Amino acid sequence: MSTTAIAEALQIDQVRADFPLLSREMRGHPLVFLDSAASSQKPRVVLETIDHYYRYQHANVHRGVYTLSQEATEAYETARAKVRRFLNAAHNREIIFVRGATEGINLVSSSFGRKYLKEGDEVLITAMEHHSNIVPWQMACEQSGAVLKVVPVNERGELQMDDFEQLLSERTKIVAVVHVSNTLGTINPVEEIIARAHKLDIPVLVDGSQAAPHLQVDVQALDADFYVFSGHKVFGPTGIGVLYGKEKWLHALPPYQGGGEMIETVTFEKTTYNELPHKFEAGTPNMAGAIGLGAALDYVERLGQAAIGRHEDELLAYATGLLEAIEGLRIIGTAERKASVISFLVEGTHPYDVGTLLDKQGIAVRTGHHCTQPLMDRYGIPGTIRASFALYNDRSDIDRFVAGLERALRMLR
Amino acid sequence: MTINEIQDEIISEFEFFDDWMDKYDYLIELGKNLPLIDEQYKDDDHLIKGCQSRVWLHADLANAHVDFTADSDAVITKGIIALLIRVLSGHTPEEIAHADLYFIDRIGLKEHLSPTRSNGLVSMVKQMKLYGLGLAAKKDA
Repeated sequence: MSTTAIAEALQIDQVRADFPLLSREMRGHPLVFLDSAASSQKPRVVLETIDHYYRYQHANVHRGVYTLSQEATEAYETARAKVRRFLNAAHNREIIFVRGATEGINLVSSSFGRKYLKEGDEVLITAMEHHSNIVPWQMACEQSGAVLKVVPVNERGELQMDDFEQLLSERTKIVAVVHVSNTLGTINPVEEIIARAHKLDIPVLVDGSQAAPHLQVDVQALDADFYVFSGHKVFGPTGIGVLYGKEKWLHALPPYQGGGEMIETVTFEKTTYNELPHKFEAGTPNMAGAIGLGAALDYVERLGQAAIGRHEDELLAYATGLLEAIEGLRIIGTAERKASVISFLVEGTHPYDVGTLLDKQGIAVRTGHHCTQPLMDRYGIPGTIRASFALYNDRSDIDRFVAGLERALRMLR
Repeated sequence: MTINEIQDEIISEFEFFDDWMDKYDYLIELGKNLPLIDEQYKDDDHLIKGCQSRVWLHADLANAHVDFTADSDAVITKGIIALLIRVLSGHTPEEIAHADLYFIDRIGLKEHLSPTRSNGLVSMVKQMKLYGLGLAAKKDA
């Protein structure tokens, strides 16, 4: 057995020790944090990297002739190279730093919409999109007269691929699809979606917000035209995210925002734009955020995405088994391929009540519609209780969660 | 009893509870026993939208006093509604409009009245006071 074929299992105690916040007490109990799908906690190395940056490396990037500015620029551009490697993009210039996945999607919907969308065109999304991959496209459609089309979801929470095929047409100008559903955990067949769209020369944007912390993402293997994710969900800081775009598309799209950094020459008559990626990074960028994200991605790589995936799959199976044994509990989202998210409802109880009673026991879960109201409408429910796992969760978290849930249900039923 | 006397009564009742569990057991009990709002008022006009739970509120003016009935889809929210109704119902519009609701904080349930909680309760208190103001204005007219 070769050592490279089988990645080592996570040393979970060591991993937990890397995350200072996890040692907090909450309402007299050790914190059980099961809301990483909303935002993940940060390993010490990310905190130290940001601290170090501000103490020793900070100056504005890209224009300074002095050494400190050059060092800051180098640190910032090194972070870009780390993101390139994380996504296996072909070039650093295909990596645009943005505030988060939401801004990445808004950038594409706005710039793409202005140039390519016109009346009668269609934008194809799915019924399981987060509001951030719905509303920007609705806005682009309103401005251009294009029409938003939606691929339906079956009862298990999987995309109905026959309908997808039907909805794709020469009127479709772009497809936007979530890689992993934040509400259902469904891993969508994005490779197949992209291949089918490309047969008709339709570009595809993938919202990878929930995929980046859990799956090995390879934008070249997927052949994605655009791929976005948020730093704070991958153990990095808030306020930084990534838009990957194929070079040909980033060249073709007009800039999103105007300002410094993104220009080559400015006169009052005409401005010429800077090269990629700077054309899309107007203003002083979030250097500390980018560098912190770089440290987070290094951390993930060091643990190994294969080991992380196996650990989370095991947790998901363990939690699913325990939850299924609870009377009246219904899991929303039972797709064949799932990442570490479990949404559920319990007969005769409201998610708000369950979430409140779990909180009293130091257990953090999310309740509500998870910014996917159309998906909740699809199931005819107001919301769910959602537990989501990350690389630092272990079986004891799940045991405490299930015991806490049973206690809450005894009080409520 | 005045609004403040009722608030003080609730505060002393809650002093008996040692831990959160007893407190919430009691709230859940109150929620389950809350007389339901008349079905005809459980419509969009009476709905106070919260992201997490929904609240329906109706006010009646009888003999210069306001009677509130309400409902929620979440039972803990309903329990807190029951307390709010106990405090505010049966008082004049002026008293309601000027009430200082300090009991929620004192019984350790302030978190449920935080605007970020998004359970409809903050808007409900606002709405109860608005009813008070509105009914007071109507009476003067």
